Amino acid sequence: MTGRELLALTAVGKTYGSVRALQDVSLTLREGEISCVLGDNGAGKSTLIKIIAGLHQHDEGSYTIAGEEVRLGSPRQALDRGIATVYQDLAVVPLMPVWRNFFLGSERGRFRLDTAAMRATTREALLRMGIDLHDVDQPIGTLSGGQRQCVAIARAVHFGAKVLILDEPTAALGVKQSGVVLKYVTAARDAGLGVVLITHNPHHAYLVGDHFTLLKRGRMAGSHPRAEIGLEQLTTEMAGGSDLAELSHELARTDPKERPPQ
Amino acid sequence: MSAPAPAPVDVLAAERPPAFRRLLKRPEIGALIAAVAVFLVFSAVADSFLRTSSFGTVLYAASTIGIMAVPVSLLMIAGEFDLSAGVLVTTAALISSMVSYQLTAVTWVGVLVSLLVVLAVSAFNGWMLSRTRLPSFIVTLGTFLMLTGANLGVTKLVTGTVTTKPISDMEGFAACRWLFASEVTVGGLTVKATVWWWLALLLAGSWVLLRTSFGNWIFAVGGDAAAARAVGVPVARTRTVLYLGVGFCAWVLGQHLLFSFDTVQSGEGVGNELIYIVAAVIGGCLITGGYGSVAGSALGALIFGMTSKGIVYAEWNPDWFKFFLGAMLLLAALLNAWVRRRVERGTGR
Repeated sequence: MTGRELLALTAVGKTYGSVRALQDVSLTLREGEISCVLGDNGAGKSTLIKIIAGLHQHDEGSYTIAGEEVRLGSPRQALDRGIATVYQDLAVVPLMPVWRNFFLGSERGRFRLDTAAMRATTREALLRMGIDLHDVDQPIGTLSGGQRQCVAIARAVHFGAKVLILDEPTAALGVKQSGVVLKYVTAARDAGLGVVLITHNPHHAYLVGDHFTLLKRGRMAGSHPRAEIGLEQLTTEMAGGSDLAELSHELARTDPKERPPQ
Repeated sequence: MSAPAPAPVDVLAAERPPAFRRLLKRPEIGALIAAVAVFLVFSAVADSFLRTSSFGTVLYAASTIGIMAVPVSLLMIAGEFDLSAGVLVTTAALISSMVSYQLTAVTWVGVLVSLLVVLAVSAFNGWMLSRTRLPSFIVTLGTFLMLTGANLGVTKLVTGTVTTKPISDMEGFAACRWLFASEVTVGGLTVKATVWWWLALLLAGSWVLLRTSFGNWIFAVGGDAAAARAVGVPVARTRTVLYLGVGFCAWVLGQHLLFSFDTVQSGEGVGNELIYIVAAVIGGCLITGGYGSVAGSALGALIFGMTSKGIVYAEWNPDWFKFFLGAMLLLAALLNAWVRRRVERGTGR
């Protein structure tokens, strides 16, 4: 890895009341790198993003951005430090026009919006990411799920994000749409951003990832650079590793007995 | 023969639709059609409806609803209600009157104290909403009931009756009356001060919604508060400012009532909050937030004004007014939903 370090989590932990959601998790992200975080439901993925994105604060360990120790109090603080998050289901406001969504929270002209420039900029920024959208006045809800994710990614890139956090960008999408979104993820990487890709799909992760972190019940179950792990091993670890072997053993034993006679 | 290389872009939609289709997409289109229909109906059935003097009467009736429909529609676009808006107008008038009378002060003192108290009530609504995360329906239903009771209770305590004392002989009354309740007659058309206030608030509200960053936040907070927060929009502050807007407009209308009629009935205002909401919904505001317009609320208020006065001019029984208004609300809401569905099917994928 040659890029500068953008952010680093070291032995980070988080407790909600008496529930330990995250424990001893470490992760480093550099420029031009895609770091994938994989885990099943409830593995602590969303807690991890919330800490990075400034929605929650960590209780243990350290969180540094460009070498400086931080404790973020709001998403705004994270944005100001160049960390943009695109959430699976709340990336955009469906009823609002594309250009209003694009500039939401970063409007141009406080008391007198420069609407013509905002529309033109939206069109150009999307075109630069390879999306040709003529009518930026249409409600963004009329676009498909994958296209909405793409607009949200283009927005983060345009507003100078250095780090892009993507929460399950392909979870609700079909095969073709997922491919389109992954293409924009690599476009963001090529633009020099660091990307944290949260997913439970090892195939999508392996298509683009440079580093893989596996979470299991709030703890790190593995951390591998791409050179050290193959897709098959990643899939097995992701699917539960030893747990899966046990399950398959149980199923194999009980299955023939339970099967009703043909 | 080799096929040309595909362009490296995804074309997501066709060109901008033609102007007519864009017009149909506007949220206030249903209200515009309804307003024209109401105008035509009363023009046909009531001869006196088309007189210039009737025009002034209709405008006045519309303005007393329209002044409040501006902030109520902005609040609804942000996804919230204010059920205390109707009685808050009465509260504003009562406080202004009683403070000036009891202190035997210049009427401006009452006017100023009234503004501060009303803004405090609105700030309380906003604060309760963001602090407790209770639905605004419940929070403002609470303040609505409390204000209804306090209006009567405090007035009785202070004056011994349910009406405030006349203050027309007090210093400053004439100037306040000029600001809040004067009228100018131009060629038979009498325009009351509320009409100017309404127009000013309408322009200001429309500008804020469509041409400021705050307006963008209003749409976003109502459309998807969580998504708005994630991109750094101050959601709680946006809501509180909108409640303060309701308070400010309630203060304007309250001062008009006081300086127009000299005394204030403490039981007034109950039920008006629903008429403001009706005007906003007829005007194309989505009751769940995220969509609507301020200009539409003006059309809603105009429909209210034309209907309430038109029924009188047509010499119908005024008892039917509420029935007519309710039918109007349903029709406009259905029309809005139908137009929106048609347009979205047209451009959606």
